[in-house]
Amino acid sequence: MLLIPCPWCGRREETEFANGGEAHIARPADPAALSQEEWAAYVFLRDNPKGWMRERWFHAHGCRRWFNLVRHTVTHEIAAAYPPGAPPPPLPGEAA
Amino acid sequence: MQRFSFFQLALNALDRHRSWPAFWRAAAPRESYDTVIVGAGGHGLATAYYLAKNHGITDVAVLEKGWLGGGNTGRNTTIIRSNYLWDESAHLYEHALKLWEGLSTELNLNVMLSQRGVLNLAHNLHDVREGVRRVQANRLNGIDAEWLSPEQVKEFCPIIDIDARRRHPVLGATLQRRGGVARHDAVAWGYARAADARGVDIVQNCEVTGIDVENGRITGLQTTRGAIRARRVGLVAAGHSSVLAGMAGFRLPVQSHPLQALVSEPIKPILDCVVMSNAVHVYVSQSDKGELVMGAGIDAFNSYAQRGSFHVIEHQMGALLELFPIFSRLRMMRTWGGIVDVCPDASPIIGRTPVDGLFINCGWGTGGFKATPGSGWVFAHTIATGEPHPLNAPFRLDRFTSGALIDEHGAAAVAH
Ligand SMILES: Cc1cc2nc3c(=O)[nH]c(=O)nc-3n(C[C@H](O)[C@H](O)[C@H](O)COP(=O)(O)OP(=O)(O)OC[C@H]3O[C@@H](n4cnc5c(N)ncnc54)[C@H](O)[C@@H]3O)c2cc1C
Ligand SMILES: [Zn+2]
Repeated sequence: MLLIPCPWCGRREETEFANGGEAHIARPADPAALSQEEWAAYVFLRDNPKGWMRERWFHAHGCRRWFNLVRHTVTHEIAAAYPPGAPPPPLPGEAA
Repeated sequence: MQRFSFFQLALNALDRHRSWPAFWRAAAPRESYDTVIVGAGGHGLATAYYLAKNHGITDVAVLEKGWLGGGNTGRNTTIIRSNYLWDESAHLYEHALKLWEGLSTELNLNVMLSQRGVLNLAHNLHDVREGVRRVQANRLNGIDAEWLSPEQVKEFCPIIDIDARRRHPVLGATLQRRGGVARHDAVAWGYARAADARGVDIVQNCEVTGIDVENGRITGLQTTRGAIRARRVGLVAAGHSSVLAGMAGFRLPVQSHPLQALVSEPIKPILDCVVMSNAVHVYVSQSDKGELVMGAGIDAFNSYAQRGSFHVIEHQMGALLELFPIFSRLRMMRTWGGIVDVCPDASPIIGRTPVDGLFINCGWGTGGFKATPGSGWVFAHTIATGEPHPLNAPFRLDRFTSGALIDEHGAAAVAH
């Protein structure tokens, strides 16, 4: 069970949240210009790192706002929580 | 390979079973192989076996980072069936089921296949329509499938309450009588023993840490037990597939999630079939030891931790009791988790990769145990000939580019 620090509500139980997968995936600026491969990558390819990951969460049973976490996929340790729109923070151990 | 028989059993009883030979050699890795399989789960071992048996390729090693069968193969709830909706899946899983039916003889090891029948319950109008449609689709593909009325469900599985006033009434069910369960470890051991007997090296405690590619072609692997050259490599690493693909420089449309299962204390025989319910989210059977074996849902977040959150187990117990109030005082003994490789269309990826000589078999997610023999069969063909077998041709990696997805979320039987 994760204890998730919502940037607005503070630490809450995982059951209050919904996971939204990899963060910082921007919708293509000019969709019509995309090749098949680029579309496939946008729709289907997601990072699946064994280690630190930036991911989206939704505080479904709380403030109902989206935010991002930096979480480790082996230890489940949470290093940072930040609001949507904020620039991606460096991953722990990564140069800022 | 010493063949097992009643005579051998009697003979070995004389010295209290102290002289049975090891199932496979503890092979040390050589510097070079024709073909290397990464991952000694059921799928990897079956691939090695069929490479040797069907294609005469025996200069093969299977590399395993932990112990053989210690991945999802040894952690799953062992439900076997082939009642998938679409033709592509139906043919692939049915090929596997046919191989299961002869597997104990083929491997000379009892894989304890028990074709006790798999029920998929329908609790609402949509379930009924979907179930009837699936029965028809299965029959058109030559797969045994029946639609049962609530009374027939009760007759087949007496502990199911079919009272229409229940919150999730049982409105009917699909039944595949040839479906059932098998002994997961025995499948891994059986394929390992039979592959070893044909000359395949099975190397445990050997983690692949790098993939060598020159001019777009595979040349070998870096491992914790030294570099190994190889002409062809097959990746069969389930939850770790993305990590290995990353070593070779390409991405997969796969996400890794924990999937948990649990067993109860052993009780007397009470459930002699497999019961699955999508709406209530239950899949349960009773083991030969008497324990109820149940699977839970996946944890929604990405993880490689082989453990999941407790609330998922709690939820699972709620679902079980909704369906079977009779189990309310049953104690649970153990829970565990595996890392499953989930694909966007709930179908596997079996075929070539952007790297020449490098093949991949992954994305089986929450439901690949049932496919083990068939998966090994078609993947061996793909590696040996460089071209997919007709059965796995639709399951290519580039279907995510072409759009020819094989959406089996419905036939996953419980939604994950
Ligand atoms: C709880 C649970 C319940 C399930 N229930 C069912 C069910 O009822 N029916 C069903 O059909 N399916 C079920 N499944 C799914 C099924 O278990 C899998 O799809 C199937 O067993 C996958 O087999 P595999 O051989 O591909 O993978 P695995 O058995 O996981 O084998 C992959 C192997 O690769 C090794 N490996 C990984 N990385 C490396 C590396 N770098 N170097 C060397 N080796 C490496 C791993 O250690 C592992 O042993 C369930 C899964 C789980 C977790
Ligand atoms: Zn909040």
